[in-house]
Parts: sequence; structure tokens; C-alpha cells
Amino acid sequence: MGGLSHYFEEEGLPTTQISLIREHTEAIKPPRALWVPFELGRPLGVPNDPTFQTQVLMEALQLLESSQGPVLKDFSGEEPFHQTDGGPLACPVDFSPSAEPITEMDQLLLAFRQEFSQMRSWYDLARQKRGRTTSATSGIPVEELVDAISGFVKEGLSIRVASEVPPGTALKMAVEDLKAYYLEAVTIQPGQPTDSATLADWFWARTAAARVIGIARKICAESTDSLKGATNSLIPRTQLHRFES
Amino acid sequence: MACIDQMTDGEKNHLLSLPCPNFDSTPWVSPPALHKCRIAIVSSAGIHRRGDRPFEPGDSDYRIIPADIEPNDVVMSHVSANFDRTGFQQDWNVIFPVDRLKELAEKGFIASVANYHYAFMGATEPQKMEQPARDLARIMRNDAVDAVLLVPV
Repeated sequence: MGGLSHYFEEEGLPTTQISLIREHTEAIKPPRALWVPFELGRPLGVPNDPTFQTQVLMEALQLLESSQGPVLKDFSGEEPFHQTDGGPLACPVDFSPSAEPITEMDQLLLAFRQEFSQMRSWYDLARQKRGRTTSATSGIPVEELVDAISGFVKEGLSIRVASEVPPGTALKMAVEDLKAYYLEAVTIQPGQPTDSATLADWFWARTAAARVIGIARKICAESTDSLKGATNSLIPRTQLHRFES
Repeated sequence: MACIDQMTDGEKNHLLSLPCPNFDSTPWVSPPALHKCRIAIVSSAGIHRRGDRPFEPGDSDYRIIPADIEPNDVVMSHVSANFDRTGFQQDWNVIFPVDRLKELAEKGFIASVANYHYAFMGATEPQKMEQPARDLARIMRNDAVDAVLLVPV
């Protein structure tokens, strides 16, 4: 962000910005920056809290009234409260061994399909109540997402998305759609925690979908073609320990 | 999690090892009084219109987001998996505070909101964005934008 502000300002356009990593802002020295103590991905702090967001926004905009700079100001409000005492989210499906003699891969993909199906009503409700979804970015219809990702991990089938992008990017887009589907669904359930740490732990530790993504990542890591580039873009670094054997 | 001190050592070391551009000076342009400012948002969250070209690794250009866009038509294709997206999934204002900006315009805190906002993808080295950014600055000035609010992710 600091680099962009430098270029904009050199072209005669005043800027102010939110800073999430103070150390970077101190190094780049943009003209005006408001450092906020929020996690990466939440520069305005708290979803669905217009009052809090407005406070952040006003403090960032008020830096435009500074007479000289560079200005790096700390946000005056408190760090958002994270509700983490709601208990762990439930695992969507039963992973008990199947009575049928099927392979471990087939069992996982079956669990994935059942789990995805169980989340569908919540996803549809979330989409209706919020009037939006951040899933379906790839252009893959929601009902085809399981087939697309299962086909990739089991049979190496290429994932086809609406845009002309390399296979690794297509996989990444499908995986992000899948994560958004689950997380939009679970965050609309009544009484569930909505803080990012609880949600990340739930998704990456408890769902079959995450285990399928783990296999997809392994396929990318062992690939010698363009898929290899997607290896590090599927699973957050903070969750990788769950997939290292 | 908030300050870098609260991150795991791995995350902290990774973020602090990222190269930052080193500029010799800090350019400074004074805007009009805030209540006379027309503001545009420039995000580095890799957001774009649904159906627009997704961001790919190394992309240095920007995507256009009209101010009258519907929330369901703003999606994200940032290449990084290492930041929270659940806030954005619940409320787009967490990374793209256009509703809040419009409210501040209605209250007279700022003059108005620009007709177009823009997004880059922050995973790309800032130096590669220089030319698109300089071109975009001229476009925004032609759109009578008085000041830009930059929002990272």
C-alpha cells in the first residue's frame, strides 16, 4: 500500500491509508497512514459493526487534514473483541469407518460429498440473508464444486473455470470457492463463533473438505508443471502443520 | 491476533522478511478541506467484479469497481491463503468500506464518493505496480478525485 501511495502522491493525488503492519509502513514512509491493531484480512476491524468501521474510516480520513508528514498515527480505539468462548464448531459429518470395503480415498471423498451436502441449506440461507456470496468466483456452479475438486484429487482431471487461467490458478479459485462456501455457511448458523481463529481451526482441523485440499496440495507439490506454483496458495502457513506427515 | 508481536514466529519472520520499497523522499500533496473532498478507495485485496479477470500470481495491473456495484458482484481472487477472508465473507465493508464512505458523504464529513474504485493485488511487488499506479492517478484526477483512501488486506 505504501508504494502505491508514493506513486499516487508523486502524480499529485493526496492519499491516506490504513496500515496493518506497522513495521512495513515505518520502512516505506507513506505520506499518511493509520496503523490499526487488526488481523490481516480485516483492515476495518469488525464485520457487521458500522459504528466501529466508521471510527476507523474517520480516523484514516482525518489524516488528510495533517499539515505535514509523513504521518503514522495509531488507531485510538480498542482492538476488536474476539469471541472465542463459543466452543468448537461441530464436525459436519461422521467419519466412522464405512461398512463398505472402499478405499481410503473413496471414503474421504464420500465424506466430503456428504459434508458439502449438509452445509448446503446453511449456505443457501447465508446467501439469501446477506444478499451475496463470495463463493462461485471461479464460475463453477456450487452444485458442481465437489465433482470438480474430487475429480482433480482422484483422477487428475483439470478444473475448468470461467476465465482462461493456468491449471494452478483454476485449482486455487475452486479451493477458495469451497472454503468460502463452508465458512459463509457456518457463520450464519445461530450461536456460532465468527472470529477468524476459531473458524480457521474448525475448517482446517475438522472438515473432510480440508483433508481433500491437503491431498490437492500434495499433488501440486509433486507436480512438475504449472500446478506446482499453486502449492503454497491453498493452505495458510499457520495451518500447514496439520498436513505434514 | 493483531499486532505482529502476537503472530507465530513463523508468520512474524515471514512478514518482516518481505522486501519493502525504499524511497528517498515522501511526496506530499495537500488536499482540499475534508468536507470538500471527493474520495476514491484503492484496495490491495485482489477484489474485482464477478466475472472480471481474476488476479494471477505476479499481476501488477488493477481492476475497476464501480461505486454502484452490488455487494454480490464483488469477489476476491487474491493469490495468498495467509489472511483471513471470513470477515469479508460476512461483510464486504471489512475490506471495502464503500457503505461507510457513502454514509460519511451523506453526513457531510466528506463531499462525495468517486464513481469508481480500484483494486490491485498486494502480493505483487510494489515496484511492478508503478506504471499502472501512475496511470491510474491521472485517471482518478480526471474523475475529480481529491484524495484516495488506500486499504490493505
